[in-house]
Amino acid sequence: MGAIYRREMGAFFTSGIAYVFLAVFYFFSGYFFYNEVLASGYTDTSPVFQNMFKIVLFLIPILTMRLLSEEKKNRTDQGLLTAPVGLGEIVVGKYLAALTIYIIAESIIFVYAVILGYLGTVAWAALLGNYFAMLLLGAAFIAVGIFISSLTENQMTAAVFSMAVLFFLYLFGSTAEKVSKKWMYDIIKELSFYDRYVEFTQGVFNLTSVLFYLSTAFLFNFFTVRVLEKRRWS
Amino acid sequence: MIEVKNLSKRYGDKRAVNNISFKVEKGEILGFLGPNGAGKSTTMNMLTGYISSTSGQILINGTDVLEEPKKAKANIGYLPEIPPLYVDMTVDGYLNFVYDLKKCKLPRKAHLKDVCDLCKISDVRQRLIKNLSKGYKQRVGLAQALISNPPVLILDEPTVGLDPNQIIEIRSLIKKLGKRHTVILSSHILPEIQAVCDRIIIINKGVVAADGTADEIAKSITNEHKMTLRIEGPTHTASDKTLIADAIRALDGIKYVRADMEREKGIYDFDVETDGKTDVRRAINALCSENGWNILMLQLSDLTLEDIFMKITTGEQFAESEDSGKPKPRINLVFGSGENNKTEEAPAEAEDSAQEADEDNGGEQ
Repeated sequence: MGAIYRREMGAFFTSGIAYVFLAVFYFFSGYFFYNEVLASGYTDTSPVFQNMFKIVLFLIPILTMRLLSEEKKNRTDQGLLTAPVGLGEIVVGKYLAALTIYIIAESIIFVYAVILGYLGTVAWAALLGNYFAMLLLGAAFIAVGIFISSLTENQMTAAVFSMAVLFFLYLFGSTAEKVSKKWMYDIIKELSFYDRYVEFTQGVFNLTSVLFYLSTAFLFNFFTVRVLEKRRWS
Repeated sequence: MIEVKNLSKRYGDKRAVNNISFKVEKGEILGFLGPNGAGKSTTMNMLTGYISSTSGQILINGTDVLEEPKKAKANIGYLPEIPPLYVDMTVDGYLNFVYDLKKCKLPRKAHLKDVCDLCKISDVRQRLIKNLSKGYKQRVGLAQALISNPPVLILDEPTVGLDPNQIIEIRSLIKKLGKRHTVILSSHILPEIQAVCDRIIIINKGVVAADGTADEIAKSITNEHKMTLRIEGPTHTASDKTLIADAIRALDGIKYVRADMEREKGIYDFDVETDGKTDVRRAINALCSENGWNILMLQLSDLTLEDIFMKITTGEQFAESEDSGKPKPRINLVFGSGENNKTEEAPAEAEDSAQEADEDNGGEQ
């Protein structure tokens, strides 16, 4: 697992994907930070996080698109699958590498906090709550992205499909308003990534939401392992 | 060391590998031979646990590949058809990655240096793999398989893309490795298999078509020896033909004589087949000197590996046995006396047998 993690981290930087991801993430978070916080004269960073949801939606597929599709295309998966490592280790190694890049990106928020510290008082509780909300969101979405990457040999297909799926997950919550049945409304609200996320950014720490994101991450990593397993049996 | 029992792989309706069984002993170099699509790579992928088998069992060092994959895989070094190289890494970075991936316990620096020296890639260790030539990539792939010193090496066409010098180097390297490792290698290049391998398995259409040394396989296919003689008779006319043919046919151990065409004016060629037990050359020589005939040429035409390969894979030899539903057209004879050096004769003989085939119509019995 360690070997795969280290290789993927190296590959993120040699392929330039890490730089693109970080640059775009920093650009938009900086833009929202300036617009919503500095220029508006608030110290509440929640609007930054709410807006970043949409950016993350399109950025995470860039991070995950090549993780498994490229292995299959270049036949390097033969090296991995015939080495004495389990499929779980392969998937988790890659997953943690992507998550690390994501955390590096997200941690820019502490730089913003320092800037805010000069101008006023930082609402640390809210900021940390937001930070963890975004972390959980990333943890879930990266697992979805890797799962989709395992389904194809083509990076672009993986990226576009992941974007579509993540965008749908974002829109999904808003369909709740359109259904007439109460129970359907409830189910959709329960499964809405965005509603749960916004709840965090408003300062509510909901344990079921934490479990919701973590179990999504776990479930999709599990699916990915199953896809790799199935490929050997077909 | 490696034991394969009734191994099958089905893709939908297509049987890629059908009920293959074989054993490889420790320190043996086994050659896998077969036309494209015969199931060589599929078998190798199953041996290494890359794909699963539909049925059957694979034991590596006594460990079942499907039941204890990690333990079995730790015993195998695998060079697939396309080396699994991460092209944007340096050779050194990649080998270190493989070292970690295989959880190798040997001292890192010394072991990697040994492997690089062995594969002759020490001078490119700091270069990016994508900038290397095909030959170097292939050797990095081989180095990758050697890391952690696995007792079993499985090499799928290891010499593809190498230049003739490198091919010779790799072959001698494989021979060297065969002393400490059990090696299975596949190839299309017949002389290569013959030069390197102790034993050959010919796979055709997913079944083992032959199993044994090159000589064993050759003998079992033909069961006799063939030779071509050119004898100058007394009269230089067509009557020589029957005269000489009859005389030879009367000798002990002769199975078949056929007078061939007139190759030189008034001189005929004779195709002779023996029963494989008697060496008739001296008898024929004596016969000729008694009668005052001159032997102008004597050429042994045992089957080469090419002939065997063609015979088996085009199916002419086994068409019958496959139809009659026998389990396997399998050959496993005990190898008798030492045979002449076939590799050297191979080109000439191949030509010869082609000629024979062309001119079959011209001859008479």
